This record gives sequence, C-alpha cells and structure tokens, in this order.
Amino acid sequence: MLLLILKRLGNAVIVLLAVALLAFTIFKFLGDPVQLMLNPQATQEERDMLTERLGLNDPVPLQFAKFVFNAVQGEFGMSYRNQLPVMQVIAERFPATLELVLVSTIAALLIGLPLGVFAAIKGGTVLARIAHLVSMIGVSVPAFVIGIVLILVFSIELKVLPAFGRGEVVDLGYWTTGFLTASGRAALVMPAISLALFQISFIMRLVTSEMLEVLRIDFIRFARARGLKARAIYFRHALRNCLMPVVTITGMLFGDLIAFTLVTEIVFQWPGMGFLFVQSVQYVDIPVMAAYLMIVCCIFILINLIVDLIYVVVDPRVDQLVRGGSNGR
Amino acid sequence: MAVDQAPTRPSLSQRLAAAWDSDICWSFRHSPLAIVSAALLLLVAFTSSFAEVLMPQNPFDMMQLFLDKANLPPVWLEGGSWPYILGTDMQGRDVLSAIVYGSRISLLIGAASVLLSMSVGVLIGLLSGYLGGIVDNLLMRLGDAVMSIPTLLVAILVSAIFRGLLPPEFRDAFAPLILVLALTLTSWVVYARMVRAVTMVEAGKEYVLAARIIKVPRRRIILRHILPNVLAVALVTATLNLGLAILAEATLSFLGVGMPSAQPSLGTLIRIGNQYFFSGTWWIVLFPALQLTLIILAVNLLGDWLRDALNPKLK
Repeated sequence: MLLLILKRLGNAVIVLLAVALLAFTIFKFLGDPVQLMLNPQATQEERDMLTERLGLNDPVPLQFAKFVFNAVQGEFGMSYRNQLPVMQVIAERFPATLELVLVSTIAALLIGLPLGVFAAIKGGTVLARIAHLVSMIGVSVPAFVIGIVLILVFSIELKVLPAFGRGEVVDLGYWTTGFLTASGRAALVMPAISLALFQISFIMRLVTSEMLEVLRIDFIRFARARGLKARAIYFRHALRNCLMPVVTITGMLFGDLIAFTLVTEIVFQWPGMGFLFVQSVQYVDIPVMAAYLMIVCCIFILINLIVDLIYVVVDPRVDQLVRGGSNGR
Repeated sequence: MAVDQAPTRPSLSQRLAAAWDSDICWSFRHSPLAIVSAALLLLVAFTSSFAEVLMPQNPFDMMQLFLDKANLPPVWLEGGSWPYILGTDMQGRDVLSAIVYGSRISLLIGAASVLLSMSVGVLIGLLSGYLGGIVDNLLMRLGDAVMSIPTLLVAILVSAIFRGLLPPEFRDAFAPLILVLALTLTSWVVYARMVRAVTMVEAGKEYVLAARIIKVPRRRIILRHILPNVLAVALVTATLNLGLAILAEATLSFLGVGMPSAQPSLGTLIRIGNQYFFSGTWWIVLFPALQLTLIILAVNLLGDWLRDALNPKLK
C-alpha cells in the first residue's frame, strides 16, 4: 500500500516536471515578453533593464529552476493582457467553472447510472437498442453543436433562457456564486445541460458494458437461485461490482471533461477558466496559458492519484498485483 | 516423391463469393445501422470529392459571390431562391456548397492525422514491444506524459505555438499541416500502447523464435514478421479514432485555432455562423453543425460495429 502510494507520487512528480518544462518552453520561445510589456517607443536601455529585471539573461536551466520554484508557490507572474497577478485572474474565474462542472456532473450521475443499468438489463430488446443509439448520438454530437442548438431553441426562438454570461452573482468573499439569484440559476441551466448530456451518454455506455460483463459471473446466478428480487440483484450486487472500473475510467476521462467544459464556456461565454484560457491563447498571454496548463494538470493528476488509491482500498487484489511485481498481469 | 501441385488460384467470382460469406460481411449485412452509416459516409465522400461538378457555386471564388444574394433563407422558406437550397450567408456564399467543400477539408485532415498518428504509433509500439528495456521505458513514459495533459489542451497549445512561430503570411497556408501535427502529437500514444501489447505477445511466439535462430536481421523480423500481425489491431483502433480526429479538428477550428476563414472546414463554418446567429440567420450555423454531427456519428457507428464484429468474445 505504502509502496504503491510512493510509486504513484513519484510518477506524478515526474509528469508534473515534464508539464512544467512544456509550460516553460512556451514561455521561452513563444513571443518576447519584453516586447509585449513595453510600448514600441521604448529605448534600448529600457529594454535591457526590463530583460535584466525579468531574469531573462540568466542561463536557461537557472530560469527553469526559478520558474518551477515560483510555480510551486503559486506564483506565475503578471498577466500581459491586464497587468494583474495571474493567480488573482484565475482565482476570479475558478468558482464559475467549478459550479458548472459540479452541477452537470451530479445531474449526469443521477440520470446516467440508472439508464446504463436499464440498457444492460434489457439487452437485446428494442428499448435497449434505442438507448444505445441515443447514447451513441450523445457521444458523437460535438459540445458546441449541443450548445448552439440549445441557444437557438431556448434563447432565440422561445426567449426563456439567457444565451450567455453567468447572470447576477453574489460575492461571498473568496467565492462568487450564481446559485443565490434567479438570473444566476437561469443562466446555469443551458451550460449545465450541454455539459451533462455528454457525461450522461458516456457514463451510460460505460455502465452498460461493465454490467454486461458482471451479469455473466456466477455469483449473479447464485443470487437469482437464492430468490432475491431482480432489483436487489441488479442494483446491490451487479452495479456495485461494476462501479470501480467506472470510477477509474471516469478519472482518466477527466481530460475530456475539461475539454468539454472549455468548449461549453466558449459557446455560452461563461466567465470560467476555459474561457480565460482561450482568450489568453488569442492574446498570446503566456503567463495565464502556462498557469492554466499547470493547474489543470495538477488537478488531473491528483484525481487519478485519488482514484488509484480508492481502488486499492476497495479492491485488495490490486495491492497484491503491485507487490507481486513481475508475476502480476 | 510426387511433386506438390501448386494450388490453383480461385477465380475472381469464387473469391468474391467467399468474401460475401465471410463472418465480417455477414455481420455487416445484418446490421442496418452499419449499412446506413457506410452509405452516408460514401455519400459525403462522393459529394465532397466531386464538389466542383456537383455544387452550384465555388464558395471561395469571389467572382461567384453576389452581395444582393446575401442572407437568403433556405428554399422552402419565404424569400429563398434556387439554386441556394440551404440559403446563403452574409457574403452571398451558398451554404450547401460551403458545407460540401468544408466536409472535404474536415475529412482530409481527419484521415491524414489518423494515418500519420497510426504510422508513428505502430512504429513506436513495435520498437517498444520488441526491444523492451530502456527504449521501452523511455517511450512509454513519454506516452504517459502526453496522456496526462488533456488532449484538447495539447492540441490548442501546439497549434498556438506553431502559429506563433510562423510569420503571419504563412499561417493560413500551413494551417492544415499544423492541425495534422497537433492531432498526431496527441493521439499516437493510443496506437503505441495497443501495438506494444500485441508485439510483446507475438515476440514470444515460435515463428519469431525460428526467425531469430536462423539469424534473420532484427529489422526484418520486426517489419516483415511481426508488423503484419499487429496491423489488424492498429486498423480497428484507427477506425475508432477517426471520429475523434474529425471532432478534434472541428473543435479547434471552432475555437479559432484551426482552419482559417479563407479555407473553412466544418468547424470554421460553425464558428462563422455562430457570430451572426442573433440576427436570425440560423441556417448558416445549423446545417454545417448537422453535417458535422452526422459524419462523426456515422464514423462512430461504423467503428463500433467493426469492433463488435471482430470481437470473438461477443459471438
């Protein structure tokens, strides 16, 4: 167990360093910060002074070390675009993204899990095939197409929901929330649906295929022989056994969720981190790009680490696999 | 000792009949979804290949655009007129023509990136699986690092970096190449992992051992003996990834870091239409979106069918 944690942590650190190197490389080779920060009339002396002050004359490995050292402390410098500390800019946008992701993920779990179980139980019937086709469509429709269709129907034709923005938000000190106002809740509806649709079809497909595997195992037949009710068999025995792989793969697909959130934020002009990132790409605002990349990767790696650890706690076989070394697999 | 008679080659009709009766063809004939998807894809491929002949207008030829024909709705609505079946955009560009030309760009970029990432991935997978040791470790850790950053972010960054490095006048011309590279950099890992696993199994089999005993050079063993046996896996993966590649290209173009407005792919068309749709011209954005969705859906359904058809566990 301890060995596994250490191994995973080691891997995580290496991957993070690689990502930091990537972010640093962008810093180094994409655009010249001196030129971006000074006005075009600046003299050569002013340029040299700024170059010196930014530490751009140091040897490259030293610059990288400084970059990592600062990044660990959450210090990514100033945004070129609006001259604010990067962390402040990102912290302002973070609540919007988190609220959107949380609402849509909870909705998706509540709808996707039962649908997936249903499709597996009714395997082969017309209803199950329809469910499968619908989930296939859900996976295939690009996020921005869902968003655009929703806006066309509900904002432009029916005029019942706002097409963009976050509505009125309430400031709670470090956090701004849209839950407390009517306009904030109305603005959340369409982005959340758009994001949830993808997750629903995804969770559903995963649960269905796992359920089909589990339902073939003998203990299900024994449960039936014991005369248990069908619902108890499906939801208590079968579903439980297929949840772990579902959790693992969901963790691995967190990247897709980030991508989907980013696109959804663009379509609905939701003032979250993804929107900020795309803006920073367009304005070549490199510190913001680098910080966003690092933060997203940290979250990504952290989630996968947690998922791995939960897996070990729940399923003792995994621990043995790791200890067994070469015998495993 | 009798000389072995070389078996005569079966005639063409015999071979066709055998193919018709094969498992995979049987499964295809009995899957309506697969047939519909294949027909749809063939239709899209056909129309976009012969767009110059089939379409009323070349949407990129300024001489064929008339501003007085701008913002026409589709023909079945009031104000629509032939030959602009799906209406026109704000520059008088025929939406249907733009879609068909755009599909060509989307399909070509998708296919090119899948082919390239498959080649790179297969090569890396073969090397990694056959050589093992340090090479394997290095290549696979590299793959882990790539996989630990969300794909779309990598693609956006790569595309932004290349565009930043190129002088502005070259950006549009190199846009397809940049997209293919960006998509390849993020998707080779899937192929490499699959191929590596299969290669490790194949490398332990007797025919490889036999080849090694008679001192067949290593390169020849990898390319002539093992490669044909891993190709099936790679091809199935490629079919499943084609939909993803088309989707990724469309997403990048939609976000404004993909194909430029002068050479619009479907994603670019949707981005352009999206800017105008509060003025009520919904057809400019909806029809490209529909076409894109249908293409991706058809590819995914075909890929799904192919995987099931080749999976012996489900028989």
